[in-house]
Amino acid sequence: MRITCPNCGQRDLREFTYMGHAVALNRPAADADLAQWDDYLHNRDNPAGPTDELWYHGAGCTAWLKVRRDTVTHVISDAWLVMPPSKGVK
Amino acid sequence: MMRIRDIGPAVSFTWDGKRLQGQVGDTLASALLANGQRVVARSFKYHRPRGIFTVGSAEPNALVTIGSGAAQDPNIRATVQEIYPGLEARSQNRWPSLGFDILAINDLASPFLSAGFYYKTFMWPRSFWEKLYEPFIRRAAGIGALSGQHNADHYEKAFAFCDLLVIGSGPAGLAAALEGARAGARVILAEDDARMGGRLICDNALLNDAAAGDWVDAALAELAAAPNVTLMPRTAVTGAYDGGTFGAIERVGLHLPHQPELPRETFWRISARRAILATGAIERPIAFANNDRPGVMMASALRSYLHRYGVAAGQQVVIFTNNDDAYASARDLEGAGVQVTLVDARADAVAPAGFAGRFIAGAQVCDTRGRMGLRAVQLRHGDGRTEWTRADCLGLSGGWNPSLHLACHMNGKPQWDEGLSAFLPVPGMVPGLDYAGAANGQYDTAACLAAGQTRARAALGDLGLSLPAAADLPKTPQAAARPMLPLWQVPGKSRAWLDFQNDVTTKDVALAARENYTSVEHMKRYTTQGMAPDQGKNSNVNALAVLADVTGRSIAQTGITTYRPPFVPVSLAALGAGAQGAGFAPQRFTTSDAASRAMGAPMIEAGLWYRPSYFPQAGETHWRQSCDREVGYVRNAVGIADVSTLGKIDIQGPDAGAFLDFVYTNMFSTLPVGRVRYGLMLREDGHVMDDGTTARLGPDHYLMTTTTAAAAQVMKHLDFVRQAHCAQMQVAFTSVTEEWAQFAIAGPKARGLLQQLTGQALDGADWPFMACGPIALGDVQGRLFRISFSGEMGFELAVPARFGAALFDRLCDMARDLGGGPYGMEALNVLRIEKGFITHAEIHGRVTGFDIGMQGMLSRKKDFIGKAAASRPGLLEDGRELLVGLRATNGSLIAGARLFTQGSDAVRTADQGYITSVAYSPTLDASIGLGFLRNGRARMGEVIRVKDHLRGVDILAEVCNPVFFDPEGGRARD
Amino acid sequence: MRFSGLRVITEALRGNKSWTPHWRNPEPKAHYDAIVIGGGGHGLATAFYLAENHGLRNVAVLEKGYLGSGNIGRNTTIVRANYGLPGNSEFYSHSLKLWEGMEGALNYNVMHSQRGIINLFHSDGQRDAYARRGNAMINQGDDAFLLDREGVRKILPYLDFDNTRFPIYGGLYHPRGGTARHDAVAWGYARGADKRGVDLIQNCEVTGIDVDNGKVVGVQTTRGAIRAPKVGIVVAGRSSQVAAMAGMRLPIESHILQAFVTEGLKPVIDHVVTFGAGHFYISQSDKGGLVFGGDLDYYASYAQRGNLPIAEHVIEAGMTLMPMIGKAKLLRSWGGIMDMSPDGSPIIDKTHIDGLYLNCGWCYGGFKAVPASGWCMAHLMATDTPHEVARGYRLDRFATGRGLMDEEGTGSQHNLH
Repeated sequence: MRITCPNCGQRDLREFTYMGHAVALNRPAADADLAQWDDYLHNRDNPAGPTDELWYHGAGCTAWLKVRRDTVTHVISDAWLVMPPSKGVK
Repeated sequence: MMRIRDIGPAVSFTWDGKRLQGQVGDTLASALLANGQRVVARSFKYHRPRGIFTVGSAEPNALVTIGSGAAQDPNIRATVQEIYPGLEARSQNRWPSLGFDILAINDLASPFLSAGFYYKTFMWPRSFWEKLYEPFIRRAAGIGALSGQHNADHYEKAFAFCDLLVIGSGPAGLAAALEGARAGARVILAEDDARMGGRLICDNALLNDAAAGDWVDAALAELAAAPNVTLMPRTAVTGAYDGGTFGAIERVGLHLPHQPELPRETFWRISARRAILATGAIERPIAFANNDRPGVMMASALRSYLHRYGVAAGQQVVIFTNNDDAYASARDLEGAGVQVTLVDARADAVAPAGFAGRFIAGAQVCDTRGRMGLRAVQLRHGDGRTEWTRADCLGLSGGWNPSLHLACHMNGKPQWDEGLSAFLPVPGMVPGLDYAGAANGQYDTAACLAAGQTRARAALGDLGLSLPAAADLPKTPQAAARPMLPLWQVPGKSRAWLDFQNDVTTKDVALAARENYTSVEHMKRYTTQGMAPDQGKNSNVNALAVLADVTGRSIAQTGITTYRPPFVPVSLAALGAGAQGAGFAPQRFTTSDAASRAMGAPMIEAGLWYRPSYFPQAGETHWRQSCDREVGYVRNAVGIADVSTLGKIDIQGPDAGAFLDFVYTNMFSTLPVGRVRYGLMLREDGHVMDDGTTARLGPDHYLMTTTTAAAAQVMKHLDFVRQAHCAQMQVAFTSVTEEWAQFAIAGPKARGLLQQLTGQALDGADWPFMACGPIALGDVQGRLFRISFSGEMGFELAVPARFGAALFDRLCDMARDLGGGPYGMEALNVLRIEKGFITHAEIHGRVTGFDIGMQGMLSRKKDFIGKAAASRPGLLEDGRELLVGLRATNGSLIAGARLFTQGSDAVRTADQGYITSVAYSPTLDASIGLGFLRNGRARMGEVIRVKDHLRGVDILAEVCNPVFFDPEGGRARD
Repeated sequence: MRFSGLRVITEALRGNKSWTPHWRNPEPKAHYDAIVIGGGGHGLATAFYLAENHGLRNVAVLEKGYLGSGNIGRNTTIVRANYGLPGNSEFYSHSLKLWEGMEGALNYNVMHSQRGIINLFHSDGQRDAYARRGNAMINQGDDAFLLDREGVRKILPYLDFDNTRFPIYGGLYHPRGGTARHDAVAWGYARGADKRGVDLIQNCEVTGIDVDNGKVVGVQTTRGAIRAPKVGIVVAGRSSQVAAMAGMRLPIESHILQAFVTEGLKPVIDHVVTFGAGHFYISQSDKGGLVFGGDLDYYASYAQRGNLPIAEHVIEAGMTLMPMIGKAKLLRSWGGIMDMSPDGSPIIDKTHIDGLYLNCGWCYGGFKAVPASGWCMAHLMATDTPHEVARGYRLDRFATGRGLMDEEGTGSQHNLH
């Protein structure tokens, strides 16, 4: 598998680590109830098909990426930076 | 069998200890054939004598062992192994000898050893399975043997990148590679064989009215001269993976006398933008009674041995075919002076022009004789009449199976083509992989050349390369093949083999079907069809055709099992080359490493780091003596420890404090500059991830420390939280673990040592407990932190790593002068247990802040990672196992022991907790420990049972506060 | 037909012509008392114990492909009861006892081989954690021994004790652990269930779950609607898709675990051995192949295949631990789809729909669980109450935080195991 990092270009799978579906980006508000937190932390659509997920370019630029990948074919169709470069200073 | 044409200078090798002569260019198989060695192996189950069957890497029979001692290499295909001077080859799976094998008795017992028989027996008595049945089965099973010695040979792994990977170098592959070369693309041409050319160098074929080999040589010369082309002979592409990644195994040194510095094999990871599968096709046998005798071979292999190796595999050859291709074998053998009988299953077949031997149309071979080597074959004519005819070699051709395995590696299913009676790849099975030539069912040379050219041009066009005009392809002789007649098995009573390696016969497939293992996967798994080293390359299609027949389905309905990587067997030493042995993981060394080793400290692994266990002194015979002494340094004088392995993360920016407030449970934005605070970090699931101190070095500048074990995990976590949840913050951070060497200076004389070192007073007013700040050591700008992991007056002094070694030496010398010295991990552990400080032995991933008594550190005033999940009722309620101290009342505590109420049985239902850390405290002269005890905080003073079944410990301990020593903490303060 | 050595001999003498189908190919009936969705190991075992333990014989197993086509047919066949946490301890202990009686119960030789498992450790901290686990195993009534380095050397002399990055400190030895022939387990349960009246219906994909008024009433399939008052979802690997038919969103992510086998070799590894400093475990099959595996590929997948980085890492670990396997040749690699739950432990529970039961989340440990999973799922479906050894496998434990079973301590959150 090869992932095109928006910062670094196409790189081998072994430079990246995975952290599940991109719903992890949608952290509930501090005052959300426990049911919302349970859903956020645990429940997943877990689709057999295209899905957005999180990858960490740990052996590269250390950017977290949102990657659209098909869980059946493993074909990657797109990748974005979780934090666009305009934001922040890192 | 005989050599009819020399192919090179003589080479001497041994076979089962016997010295034989081959010639340069021979494979072991061709050399054995030339030497008249008919039996080369025994079959897996029935131990039937077997001979060489094919010419390529799919060989089912001729698996041999090469070499001896640690270099012993089992299950090598004789058809692939090239000979070299001194090659040592041996037969396998026979005892006592290849000629006389005791377990050939299995062949006589074959009715009792039918498919799946073992599922129906060996069940009684139960204890006999492990004691008797299984050991016997295991000894009988297996093919070759490992030496049992550590691998001592050199193997390598490598990466390669290309625009176009061409897999196979027959006419289609060469034509494709030439297009890539001329278009300026980066081309890799990989060929399993030692020589490129595919069937063009195995057949007596013509291109441009000359020997095909001339065209091959010219093509290879052009490719070799092109700087953008890499030719990789002896390289089998083994697997197709995601994103255009292919695995390949190159036989670098296997064909040469042993050279220690030369890798035996190299495993390649090839990243290709496009690939062309031009792997040709594999001829398939026909099942009939006793079709597995030594001397029965594939018809095309006979031709290959003749043309490429100058070996005639028989003197009286019968060719049994259902298609025209085998005619070439008959003609060529006859041309070499061999007596040939051509048996064509097609009733309307006519003898090939110029063939003078006996030709029989509409007939089949239905049986053979010759246990140790074929002597005769039985023919059944169209009218039912049978006859035996003498033969020492039988060539089979049941048609061809495109070698499409790689195309199936990503779960794509090939389609059955009724016209060709073969499975063909369908477009898109592997993204970026196209097919050309026989691998795609195009069997004649002209079609292969054209397909190689057009498919390569299409792929190169996809890549946006500008292509020169297509060159003319070489002229091929006109050939009009008549259709083949599908023929899978010849009816008969005796066993007819499908999978030669696993000894699966048509009877086994029929039995599986009778027992309702009719799914092709069930049949495979029940009979073991296709599960041997050739992975069914020679037999799968035949077997499922037989299954289709007995179940009354078509082949298309029956379906096919899945081909999976690797395409050919790959040595684990090659796949596992590189990061292994001492190089399995990186080694990280502190700046004090050399000095510690010089002092005789045993160095132990701490994650990827090495840390000193203790520093032995003369006269000490047990690590405990050293440890106790070092604990004494810290409690009574001053000790020095390298703590550089802790993760150090430099965090800067106006929002650095807010960021820390979010990742820690407690507040850091309120921390004054020049102060250090202990922080607790949770995972989002509410459990403790890590802990450590963070110092505020400036208004917008913090330095976080993590535990050694969790440094990488914390860094990744911070990157996530920052980028995913705090994108709006003005904060940046980086790991500076390697940049700073840091030493703990702990003990009542720590301040005195530092005063002497720095010339500064460092008094309690300027440097109170938990203060931090810059400090100068001469010209070196360091950092000083007044923190303590021992409970004593303590500092940690950090300097840029290049000064670490010198500083460590200096600190040790100064400490010695004050009655102290360096201390290691053992003492550090004792000191922290005496103080009830936790490590990852306690925060082992399942504990919460509540469990370790730090619920108060979970701020109510702000949100932080893990806050919500930590508030789940189950994580806060009665009955949880809570951190406690334990003090043995008799005997010694042991980590890993379980806790029980005094007097209760040591059974799961009574389990009350466990011990995580123990130490003998020289300070308290007691065996103390930390552990987790159900409702532990409410049980202070209770005496509980400590039980360790594994090591026979059964003692009592008193539950106490985890802070055993100086609970008020006065010693660390002024 | 009862199987025995004598039967094999008598049938052979009659030309092996009289063997009969091991199960029928029934057409689906319109109505069953219970439906098990999924004809893998767990589903077949569930059906078997519904019939055997609870007298429910009007039962159908609906299988999308062929029987045993899921993870029962693509695992590394390890059977053990060496868990450390309550909830898992009693369950796997029960499972191992069922394994020990499986041949007798099924009259089918699944080649359960109690050759012993040795989990190696490579630091003092790891030893302490294994000791804690071993003591928990003995508390549960199972067997465990703590070996020191020399103890390991006696049993596994071929390991590399010298030139290795993480020296071997010792091992946790579980003699009753071992292996079994994975396909045979599916077939044995299938044959046993069929014999007890269960309809095993292959090539029958469930396309919908019919719920009326909060009660399950049946399923829609590619072979028509089938009614039943009790439906069990036992489809690890595809749990999210099937549960979605009942409007459920599960705490499951599907991941790939690769496994590997070499060509046949003469006996050389007599135990199951796991490496504690890298992802690698290995045993040798009765046929002679070295069967080994490691960690997840670590990305969500339904592909039943993996990629090279993990394959290479696993084999590097293998070469580090036992360099003698270098000349063995990898023959085949494949992947199974793991139902990964947040805490790494399974779920056997009722759902919010009456009569609909859920069995999922087996992560990479489903094979050894097959008998107890079937036993407890059948108990749950038949009695509507959890079996006592599976009481911990609640679906709501993540919401409440109560009884989380995170054996590895990596977190009760996705993508940490």
